[in-house]
Amino acid sequence: MMDTFAALAHGMAVAVQPMNLLYALIGVFLGTAVGVLPGIGPALTVALLLPVTYKLDPGGSLIMFAGIYYGGMYGGSTTAILINTPGESASMATALEGNKMAKAGRGGPALATSAIGSFVAGTIATIGLAFLAPWLVDFAVRFGPEDYFALMCVAFVTVSATFGDSPVRGLTSLFIGLTLGLVGIDKLTGQARLAFGVPELLDGVEVTTLAVGLFAVGEALYVASRRHHSEEKLEPVRGSLWMTKEDWKRSWKPWLRGTMFGFPIGALPAGGAEIPTFLSYSTEKRLTKHPEEFGKGAIEGVAGPEAANNASAAGTLVPLLTLGLPTSATAAMMLAGFQQYGLNPGPLLFAERPDLVWGLIASLFIANCMLLVLNLPLVGLWVRLLAIPQPWLYAGILVFATMGTIAAKPSVVELSMLAGFGVLGFLMRRFDFPIAPVVVGLILGPIAESQLRRALAISLGDPMTLLQSPISATLLGLALVALLAPFVLKGMGRFKANED
Amino acid sequence: MSSGDPAQTPRRVDRAGIVIAALLAATAAVLVWDARGLQSTSMYGMGPEAMPVVIACGLALLAIGNFVDALRGNLPARESADPLPVVLILIGLALLIAIIGFGGGFILATAALFVTTSAAFGRRAILVDSVIALVMSTLIYLAFDRLLTLSLPTGPLERLL
Repeated sequence: MMDTFAALAHGMAVAVQPMNLLYALIGVFLGTAVGVLPGIGPALTVALLLPVTYKLDPGGSLIMFAGIYYGGMYGGSTTAILINTPGESASMATALEGNKMAKAGRGGPALATSAIGSFVAGTIATIGLAFLAPWLVDFAVRFGPEDYFALMCVAFVTVSATFGDSPVRGLTSLFIGLTLGLVGIDKLTGQARLAFGVPELLDGVEVTTLAVGLFAVGEALYVASRRHHSEEKLEPVRGSLWMTKEDWKRSWKPWLRGTMFGFPIGALPAGGAEIPTFLSYSTEKRLTKHPEEFGKGAIEGVAGPEAANNASAAGTLVPLLTLGLPTSATAAMMLAGFQQYGLNPGPLLFAERPDLVWGLIASLFIANCMLLVLNLPLVGLWVRLLAIPQPWLYAGILVFATMGTIAAKPSVVELSMLAGFGVLGFLMRRFDFPIAPVVVGLILGPIAESQLRRALAISLGDPMTLLQSPISATLLGLALVALLAPFVLKGMGRFKANED
Repeated sequence: MSSGDPAQTPRRVDRAGIVIAALLAATAAVLVWDARGLQSTSMYGMGPEAMPVVIACGLALLAIGNFVDALRGNLPARESADPLPVVLILIGLALLIAIIGFGGGFILATAALFVTTSAAFGRRAILVDSVIALVMSTLIYLAFDRLLTLSLPTGPLERLL
């Protein structure tokens, strides 16, 4: 307990250095500005802004990342409220009620309750992260390679199969990612796999290329292909920005309940903020004293899911920082950010670079405060960003998206891969395959493979080692249950249908 | 899997779904074919060829799963899609790749992508957009190449700056 306080105080000392404060500010600002653009969720925000941080030192860039992460989350909810195009499924609940509020001229309070709710949830969840992380690290140092492998199996299954609409399509996405993860030189034997004699492929598939291709290029193609369906409409922010006393009274409990849903579910290696946001939405719908307002713009329906969304975002940092396990597309991009400096999150990083890890955690607090102070006064600026005409907006997004790849590797092969992943992303959207499992599969696949091979090498090739370790056996059992559950009881689909 | 398919009613064989299943099966075959060329050098445990084969098995199973879904018409309904803008954007990306590949530089390449994308989204003012695109990509170039010292590919325009 005292250790956490000392470490956190140390982290604060790192984070409040003027340069680091500036990085956090730039991160928050850029993250909100990019995240507010329609169709751009936090994962893509982080992917697009990765090249901006190339030249910084690891500490500064991770702090900027913390700001980008929270800024992107906040920007996404602004878009959801004002034009009803949630950049990600986790903002869907917010869009449901928030856009109705904006239409009714209550856009200001909707933005305010989402901003303050995000702040409350983010702060509580970051405290949770600070206290849970060291405890998990103590536990994780005892993990052998077989346990890590089993843990990753759990993550694979929960990310792709358990919580999606269709386990078959989720697993298909995961296996596409795993296949892409095979490309390149095998680290243990130096042999090339799936490189087909192309030298550029020997280094493997770049995570940012995949993410930007799938998310940015794919999204642009998808929106372009169905432009004739409907023009999205921007709701102007009318009336007071501030919440009335009544609004406060109706908001604070949903904030806290949303946090209670969001953080634990985010911290489990289960991935995704969709479940907690929808749980929060249905809970608020059940508990509210104004059930007639739900579906027409109930403030509880914005406050709860928004808090749940932010809390689960902080929650996903728990497995990411302590175990190196990304359970959402955004966390996968954060991991890519670590990897560009050769840093591998996990128990070792806590021991070797406590200044980095705790500086990052402290920066999350600071970024959260900055967002609260910055966003409400600047909402006029964000609204103006939303008013950019669609042709220029998507043209600009594509230019920025390709710029990242051009800056990192200006080769024809890499750019062709970007375009190819764009087509893949377009087709996956069109045929309703989830995208995040591809990114998680690409990042975790190679790690899982090397842990498994290490485990088998230690056991002299005896696969029973996977079942002899109690941790690994339990986790593999969990993974099996999580894999079979959706097939056995097709209840998740019904659960989701009920909430719509 | 043409993107011009009309919205499909469920409970009908979904041709796009069959194509997806076939692509997955083909990927599995490529994995196995590629893995055959690998030598297993490790004494114990698994060599580099094991994982591709495992993933290929998974892909094959999923191909069957997708095939069954397609036969049952279980795929979610799709809205109609307009192929023209998609093709335009892809032309833009091809232009970008070609210009970079032939040393045309960052500014021209991204400007070409900007104009085609904006046309794909329904703008017809190509000249105005070209000017906007050139100014914007020049500014991006200056900001990232000079201020952030990222190295972006140079061409004739960049050398003038």
